[in-house]
Amino acid sequence: MNIIVCIKQVPDTTEVKLDPVTGTLIREGVPSIINPDDKAGLEAALRIKEQNGARVTVVSMGPMQADVALREALAMGADEAYLISDRAFGGADTWATSYTIAAAIRTLDYDLIIAGRQAIDGDTAQVGPQIAQHLGLPQVSYVEAVERVEAGSLVLRRQFEDRYHIVEVATPCVITVLSELNKPRYMSVSGVMDAYREKTVNVLTLAQLESVIDKGNIGLGGSPTRVKQSFTKQPKAKGEKYEVDADEAVRLIVEWLEARHII
Amino acid sequence: MDFQLSKEHALLRELYRSFAQAEVKPLAEEIDEQERFPVETVKQLGRYGFMGIPYPKEYGGAGADTLAYVMAIEELSRVCGTTGVVVSAHTSLCCGPIYEFGTEEQKRKYLPGLLSGERVGAFGLTEPGAGTDAAGQQTKAVLAGDNWVLNGTKIFITNAGHADVFIIFAMTDKAQGTRGISAFIVERGFEGFRVGKEEKKMGIRGSSTCELIMEDCIVPKENLLGGLNKGFKVAMKTLDGGRIGIAAQALGLGEGAVDEAIKYVKERKQFGRRISQFQNTQFKLADMSTRMQAAQYLVYSAALAKDSGAAYSKEAAMAKLFASEAANDVTRQAVQLFGGYGYTREYPVERMMRDAKITEIYEGTSEVMRMVIASALGVN
Repeated sequence: MNIIVCIKQVPDTTEVKLDPVTGTLIREGVPSIINPDDKAGLEAALRIKEQNGARVTVVSMGPMQADVALREALAMGADEAYLISDRAFGGADTWATSYTIAAAIRTLDYDLIIAGRQAIDGDTAQVGPQIAQHLGLPQVSYVEAVERVEAGSLVLRRQFEDRYHIVEVATPCVITVLSELNKPRYMSVSGVMDAYREKTVNVLTLAQLESVIDKGNIGLGGSPTRVKQSFTKQPKAKGEKYEVDADEAVRLIVEWLEARHII
Repeated sequence: MDFQLSKEHALLRELYRSFAQAEVKPLAEEIDEQERFPVETVKQLGRYGFMGIPYPKEYGGAGADTLAYVMAIEELSRVCGTTGVVVSAHTSLCCGPIYEFGTEEQKRKYLPGLLSGERVGAFGLTEPGAGTDAAGQQTKAVLAGDNWVLNGTKIFITNAGHADVFIIFAMTDKAQGTRGISAFIVERGFEGFRVGKEEKKMGIRGSSTCELIMEDCIVPKENLLGGLNKGFKVAMKTLDGGRIGIAAQALGLGEGAVDEAIKYVKERKQFGRRISQFQNTQFKLADMSTRMQAAQYLVYSAALAKDSGAAYSKEAAMAKLFASEAANDVTRQAVQLFGGYGYTREYPVERMMRDAKITEIYEGTSEVMRMVIASALGVN
């Protein structure tokens, strides 16, 4: 089984700040990590590899600094790594990003593509499902457990707010997973040594992907959406909390609305 | 001359830090309080390759180098001095001599289990009457047919209560003094071998420090390590390597105290100001951090000297002397910056101060380090 895991290098957002003037992320001095949902996806792939046998390939799109995120994935046990990186891909929105990643994936062997649900720096949750769309594959998003791996299919538990579904899906397919799926392993010491000495990060530039890419669909120019403005939301005033029964709650709300002449 | 870490060392540091923060730090207080050997951590350390860092993969090691190894001890000790020494004693003092002096057969037999962390190693040289003066060994080994028969008692043996493999030194020719000492690989479970009483210690309280008793202990002939009467050389070479590990432990302890103190002084308010706003605090922390940075360079350069194959006895002694004294001063000053809270067990700096003391004593005292350095300088 060939598994492709899509990972993104993101700033550790517990520490991230927005520049109040430009509205962009201040990245200087902020440590970069593998996006947590993606790391859970990698862990899921590595467990399938251990239990059923598989070849795990990690793919990332980003600047050359993302090399270290892919090395980390290799050090955790991934077999191969591809970094899709070219100035021409810069400024891409989710559609152009997923188009480019899907194009790169077309050049690789796969039975299963795993992506994280969403990246903590953008929270769009769009790229994984869009990759499935570009490749014409079935998709299962919000996977919180891999129940079974069978020849030609997977049985997955898909999370909803108030329930879950057990879903069977035929491979090849795309799944997007939640960080609750598992606790990812650490890199190992020998894994780190191998990541630099035995394995390589293959860089895929536009020149290498030209045969599978329409240049009109990539980068800033190929992006149908634009960020108009970014800003830090001011915290709202602290609310009041009452633990009361429904009748009392109605009475309190009505009283509050009347006091402000809303009703 | 390059003070930049290589990419693999930089990534290893990330691994060590994330592991130490998530797996080691949460247990540090508890294992100190309960004087409990962190069995569950050792299992994890084995899984991720921490128990065999500087040894080749063909024997089950991680295939990294001494620098990678000391960085691991540093980062573990930064949050827990006990965990640092468990790995250091195992790696330097037990795996070290088997790898350096063992026959191919001994290496194949013992290293895979040790380097994977399935088995824990220890080193038994010290005796009640033979500490720094190793020539005063009373433990004797006599050849009887296909076995050596060992009799004697070792004390202060790190990891002893949980170790499976021990490097034991014994007199094989009393008349020859240090030239009559031999080293043996002894397994827990060998007839006549037992672990005695456990010491109650000031610091590194989670590490198991015990007595070893050998009463007609039967050791197969092939477990003689490094040749007959060559034990003193095995011990001295092993301790040279071990000292870099202990220097790294001291380094980590001092750095950990600086980390904790920086966090605390930014929160603690007195006289209407954060205590970090007082110049005394600023100057103290500037000095503390500078001392630890200097210690780090000495420790790393000793590790690089060992990896380069050059003589490193003096470098190791200098690193241990400087780092252990710095760690003691810095942890003590950290307690002072915390004031009364620093003296309580609510904060980790009192533990770090207690843990630091041993680094000036074991694997050669600071006085022995000065002897080694002076002798290397030809000052005698």
